[in-house]
Amino acid sequence: MFSKDRWKEILEVLSSNVFRTLATSFGVGWGIFILIILLAAGKGLENGIRADFGDIATNTMFMWSRNTTIPYKGLPKGRRFSFKLEDVQAIKDNVPNLRFISPRNQLGGFGGGNNVVRGLKTGAFNVYGDYPQIIRQEPMTITSGRFLNLNDIDDNRKIAVIGDGVKNELYDKGEDVLGTYMKIQGVNFMVVGTYKKKSNDGDGEEGQKEIFVPFTAFSQAFNMSNDVGWMAITAKDGSSISNMKEKIVGVVKEKRKIHPDDKRAVGYFDLYEQFNRVESLFGALRWVAYFVGVLVLLSGIIGVSNIMLIVIKERTKEIGIRRALGEAPWSIKKQILMESIFLTIISGMVGIIFGAAFIYGVNAVLDSVGPVDMFVNPSVSLGVVVSALVILIFSGLLAGFIPAQSAIKIRPIEALRTE
Amino acid sequence: MIQIKDLHKSYKMGKNSLHVLKGINFNVEEGELVAIMGSSGSGKSTLLNILGMLDELDEGSYTLDGVPIKNLNETKAAQYRNKFLGFVFQSFNLINYKSAAENVALPLYYQKVPRKERQEKALKYLAQVGLKEWANHLPSELSGGQKQRVAIARAMAAEPKVLLADEPTGALDSTTSYEVMDLIQKINDQGNTILIVTHEPDIADMCKRIVHLKDGVIIEDKKIEQVRAAKYV
Repeated sequence: MFSKDRWKEILEVLSSNVFRTLATSFGVGWGIFILIILLAAGKGLENGIRADFGDIATNTMFMWSRNTTIPYKGLPKGRRFSFKLEDVQAIKDNVPNLRFISPRNQLGGFGGGNNVVRGLKTGAFNVYGDYPQIIRQEPMTITSGRFLNLNDIDDNRKIAVIGDGVKNELYDKGEDVLGTYMKIQGVNFMVVGTYKKKSNDGDGEEGQKEIFVPFTAFSQAFNMSNDVGWMAITAKDGSSISNMKEKIVGVVKEKRKIHPDDKRAVGYFDLYEQFNRVESLFGALRWVAYFVGVLVLLSGIIGVSNIMLIVIKERTKEIGIRRALGEAPWSIKKQILMESIFLTIISGMVGIIFGAAFIYGVNAVLDSVGPVDMFVNPSVSLGVVVSALVILIFSGLLAGFIPAQSAIKIRPIEALRTE
Repeated sequence: MIQIKDLHKSYKMGKNSLHVLKGINFNVEEGELVAIMGSSGSGKSTLLNILGMLDELDEGSYTLDGVPIKNLNETKAAQYRNKFLGFVFQSFNLINYKSAAENVALPLYYQKVPRKERQEKALKYLAQVGLKEWANHLPSELSGGQKQRVAIARAMAAEPKVLLADEPTGALDSTTSYEVMDLIQKINDQGNTILIVTHEPDIADMCKRIVHLKDGVIIEDKKIEQVRAAKYV
């Protein structure tokens, strides 16, 4: 395989007609170039959309109550109901493999009126009654102070963690926030922390204008008793929330005396399903990239195969001489296969290098013009390069196979006869 | 060295079959220098191809140095050719992008002789044909006679049992022809068995035995007094 003479010969043959070799290798180089670019573009799109999802726990569903539509156990249809805290425990007891179940209550909301007062300033913000684990489901960075903890829940502490947006509206610049009080719908809460959410889409502004208070204090302050407005439920890694949602909803229906067939009483949103839909879109994109790339590459391979056939035609006599001198057929076959693999790999490498340079250029341009929506850091991983190389070796074999076969089919006597 | 018994060979051409060799019986002893003569179409090249294992026989038997030659696959045939036979062709058949020395070393390469030894041997045989100074020249830089001498060196390099030459002087003028024959005679003098296909009587006269083929049969097989080519050089 690594005999010096064989390599010398491969180089001799390939360099005997430089222009033809270059033209042939261009086909393969171009194919692998296109493949790399397509995969990188797909990756860029993927990165862009993933960035929009942020680090939100994607294996999550949200569930809220609506009106019943079927009468059940003597209760009329059109009944308005609310989840209770005990439902959380019921779900925990009945559905395994759940990581977090966060009951949540909410004040304000989109387009709501002013509900928070501090001194002379007022503002309209979303106020959530939450358990501490919400920070794991909806990641945020604590910029000062702390987030909620379980003691806050147990002691019904009236404290609040506010977003940077809230701080900017209600406080003067440089003013100390921690330890101050603000009135949320007439009830005083002490600010113990500020947070910042990482988000780069249109909701970014809104995400910074939220106030988190302990669930228990929220219920007490705003007369919720043990009602739960909605829940954020996250499954453990490795199990899919999408497969569990039926069961979770079933448990809640049973507890809330809702007809099992009542599809509209419990509303939910399956983030994981959405996420998976996007994921499978990426999968499809990758497929398309591979498909198109490999097809383009295939035309390059056919080019190589074609040229190898011509080379063999030209070398018919030489092959005849070699066989008359006693070269074994497999040795000739090996020679031709190696020539073809060598040619494909070298030209493929050139394609990969140019592809990488192109991607580097695109990244440089993207960096200089600032972020483009839904397109971040197009790149190819080492894995892609390795698989491209595998494709190349395979295609080299493929390209050389037919010519090699036809080369050893020539009988030496016929090869020598061609003058 | 060579025993051929009742050899038949025919070629299929469409529906017709052309019977080329019609029962050849023929032995060659070690050290002989045999000319195979005949007009074109007499079957002399076919006979040489069969002897050279480039073609297969239909009927009869062929034994080379005690080894029966039949039903060889290509790999085996290549091995035997490499071990037993040296070829010299009318059109030289040197590989044109390899230097004279590389051409001579080629059969040794197929014998997996180490590189260094190969080069030494190639130079030795080139020296024997008087072309040591031309070792690094490409065939295109050599004259016809020189090319044929390189081809003879190549045929000898593998130290074969039998040297087969198909019209070795066919493409050369008479002076160079005699030079080449002189070389062949010298190689024969060292005890090598050589078969030459030719249609030139003067070349045939420089051998030790003439086999005359006509229409696929041997019509004459006689030992002759050898004419030394050195006289004409």
